[in-house]
Amino acid sequence: MMDLLIHIFHVTLDTITDVFPIVVIIFGFQFLVIRKPIPNLGKVILGFIYVLIGLALFLVGLEEALFPLGELMAQQLTDPVFIHGIGHVAGDLMWQDYKWVYIFAIAIGFSTTIAEPSLLAVAIKANEVSAGVIGITGLRVSVAIGVAIGIGLGTFRIVTGTPLEYYIVAGYLIVIVQTFYAPKMIIALAYDSGGVTTSTVTVPLVTALGLGLATTIPGRSALLDGFGLIAFASLFPIISVMAYAQLSEWRGRVKNNENQST
Amino acid sequence: MKRQLQQIISPLWQSTRDLLPIIVVIAFFQIFVLQKPIPNMGQLLIGTAFVVLGLSLFIKGLEVGLFPIGESMAYAFARKGSVLWLLLFAFSLGFGTTIAEPALIAVADKAAEVAALGHVIENTEAARSAYASGLRLTVAFSVGLAIVIGVLRILKGWPIHFLIIGGYVGVVVMTFFAPEEIIGIAYDSGGVTTSTITVPLVTALGVGLASSIKGRNPMLDGFGLIAFASLTPMIFVMGYGMLI
Repeated sequence: MMDLLIHIFHVTLDTITDVFPIVVIIFGFQFLVIRKPIPNLGKVILGFIYVLIGLALFLVGLEEALFPLGELMAQQLTDPVFIHGIGHVAGDLMWQDYKWVYIFAIAIGFSTTIAEPSLLAVAIKANEVSAGVIGITGLRVSVAIGVAIGIGLGTFRIVTGTPLEYYIVAGYLIVIVQTFYAPKMIIALAYDSGGVTTSTVTVPLVTALGLGLATTIPGRSALLDGFGLIAFASLFPIISVMAYAQLSEWRGRVKNNENQST
Repeated sequence: MKRQLQQIISPLWQSTRDLLPIIVVIAFFQIFVLQKPIPNMGQLLIGTAFVVLGLSLFIKGLEVGLFPIGESMAYAFARKGSVLWLLLFAFSLGFGTTIAEPALIAVADKAAEVAALGHVIENTEAARSAYASGLRLTVAFSVGLAIVIGVLRILKGWPIHFLIIGGYVGVVVMTFFAPEEIIGIAYDSGGVTTSTITVPLVTALGVGLASSIKGRNPMLDGFGLIAFASLTPMIFVMGYGMLI
């Protein structure tokens, strides 16, 4: 217990250096350029103290829970005893044998994205601007499907050890082609949705999952194969959001044609 | 009294909601698929409590202290008219918020650990922390640069997809030259940078700017800053990998 408290204290000291640049920027610009005293200075200082302690606690909790949890799930799901059952002589495992890994990755990707509050805010805005063409639920589900497919495919890549850049470059090509055909108003939003979806809690867990998989699966190296899941999770929503917008537009057109012909 | 209680509980509930889907999925797999109890349950529970508590305090602190000034400053600079100050502020905002981004701190430390085990750097405390800080500074610099380019885009009204496609080409070209072991980390750093602190402040800057310039649509032009901020780190981190 005492060790833990000392550890938290050290991490808090470290976070001061992390928060320091923002303090300098805010106060610097306020004094040098805007030249007005900061309103509610007491509240601002209190806010920074919260940020310091909160960041430190979060980082300690990360080491104690989120990282171990991601690694633990990777270990358990790739354990030959789990895949083949006890007593079987395990031969070389093929990529199909890791099906629970993919299912787990898809489930994590979908559920964390659907529950993401910032995505809901973006979806509501998109709905307003598109005059209802883009549905709130439709957009959220399509982003979640994008992230789920992304992380699922990402774990498949780790299992097979194929180079990350092939997948990403292929994804880029799809995005570029789609950009020419997708409705214009969705494009910036679709590009942004890639970055917004991966929250502070999801990133460490997914990173640990990838590194855990690369460490436990024979023949993979954590350095070469372990990273990349976040890249998948940020690329595929762009594709799925544009696809969703294209689909809504196409459906709207079909409806219009029907209305005109009757 | 009731309001104070609500003030404490509501951010706690928010962070719990972030974690809830993860807990549900893991619990489901543990009970129905793996059919095994989780080892070190106590440690994991304490850690999870820390994550919830820490994230709640962090977000509460941002809402009380940072966001109000940050947003009012973003609006003030967007309306001030001096392009130089605006760009300087845009860079600082991107840089400062990225340095303190919790997910980036976590991933950079992990990357340093893995790089040390893979003998890319020496496996000492000092070498690891130098590598992690270098990584974070690189990412922060590139996010700052991305915000500057994004602000210029809003000012000039450049179409977003040319810049994005240009960025993609940059990523692909860098991939040919970068050492193999940095590529995964570099690609990931794009998605990591933009979460808790950066998104609200940068969005405020973008939307404030787009709504204060005539002929700009906040929806069309205000978005897109985040997209740049997730592209440039990939390019620059690969550059960092080439230097090390």
